[in-house]
Order: sequence, then C-alpha cells, then structure tokens
Amino acid sequence: MSITVKFFASLREQIANPVTDVDSALASTVAQVWSQATDAPMPEHVLCSVNLEHCESNTKVKDGDEVAFFPPITGG
Amino acid sequence: MPVKIAPKPFNPAAEQAEFEQSLTPGSFGATANFVGTMRNYNEGDSVTGMALEHYPGMTEKELDAIIDDAKKQWDILDALIVHRVGQMHPGDPIVLTAVWSAHRGAAFEACRFLMEALKSRAPFWKKETLADGKHRWVERNTSGEA
Repeated sequence: MSITVKFFASLREQIANPVTDVDSALASTVAQVWSQATDAPMPEHVLCSVNLEHCESNTKVKDGDEVAFFPPITGG
Repeated sequence: MPVKIAPKPFNPAAEQAEFEQSLTPGSFGATANFVGTMRNYNEGDSVTGMALEHYPGMTEKELDAIIDDAKKQWDILDALIVHRVGQMHPGDPIVLTAVWSAHRGAAFEACRFLMEALKSRAPFWKKETLADGKHRWVERNTSGEA
C-alpha cells in the first residue's frame, strides 16, 4: 500500500533524505505526498506529475501511483 | 519512431534523412526543421559543458502527445523529435524538430509549435558547467520571442 515518489534535477539535490515510498493511507493528494516524503516546504514553482502526466498539487493519488516533483522545465 | 531520446551526440541531418525514408516519396511537398545547438555562453558567463537530465517514460509520453497535438492542429504528414540527454559540449545539437506536410505553411507552423511545446511540457533539465568549474542549474527557458 504505497505511492512511489521521485524528485528530479535541482529538487533532487536540495531535498535531504527524501522518502521514496509513501504509505498511501497517509496521503490522498499530491501535496500530502510531498509532506510525507520530505520535511522541506514545497517550493513555489515546483511542478508535479502522477503516473507520468502533469498534475496540480491538489490532484488525488491512490495506492500504486508514481508521483514526481521537479523544477521548471529547461529542455530544448 | 517519431520520438527519440539520444544519450550520445547525434547528426540532425542524418536523423532527418533516415526518418524520411519511412515516408512515401512524393507524398509531401514541404519539410521544415529546427535544430537547437548548445551555446558556449549563457547569462553573461562562459559555459564549457552541460548535463541534460530527463524523466524517462514521461519524456517520451509527453513528446508523443505534443506530436499528436500538432497533427490535430495542422494538416501534416508526419513529425520527428530527437532530443539529447547526458553530458554534452558547446556546439553539440540539443534538439531536432522536423515536420513534413503538403505545403509550407503547416510545416513551418507545426515545427515552431513542437519546439515551443516541448520547452514547456517535456521534462528535461539543464545543468551547466562554467569556465571556473562551477555547476549551476538553468532555472528557466527563455521566451521563444527572444
């Protein structure tokens, strides 16, 4: 009963000891996944995804989901 | 495949020519492309290298969706996106977008759309190495109008 959590780029370097599996009973939204995964406040411009699709911080999550947090995109 | 993530340096002209082999000769009258190349400077500093990180799985999914969106918006035959990841150097191609269509208008516009869309939707991140050996993350993309 867990949600997989990933951090990318500068966020991955900034977050100390991030939790990579969050108990799905303790988080029903992306913002709650963040709170369970790290003690740090969520940065203002952080982007997020659920199961490889862009989402909002209030997007609902469920057991088995993969949630990712990352800074603004800079490809191309 | 219309989307390719390249972990090593690629030749944009060769990639475009190879993809074009999959299209029927005579089925298109216009080809537009854009190549983004790594500069040796950024924000007033000399840049000697760059690491491009991405989110495997989401990147490909998002680039596929961007091509689908272009096909819905313009009458194009096909499109190709090739994007580098990993450690690169000034002068290396970063990205190729190419579009084939019957007429030039759709090709030009869809090609521009692919670039602007991937810069805001596809999860890639750049980390620069400066001339003094320090590293810094690129915080945001510049406007397409700059």
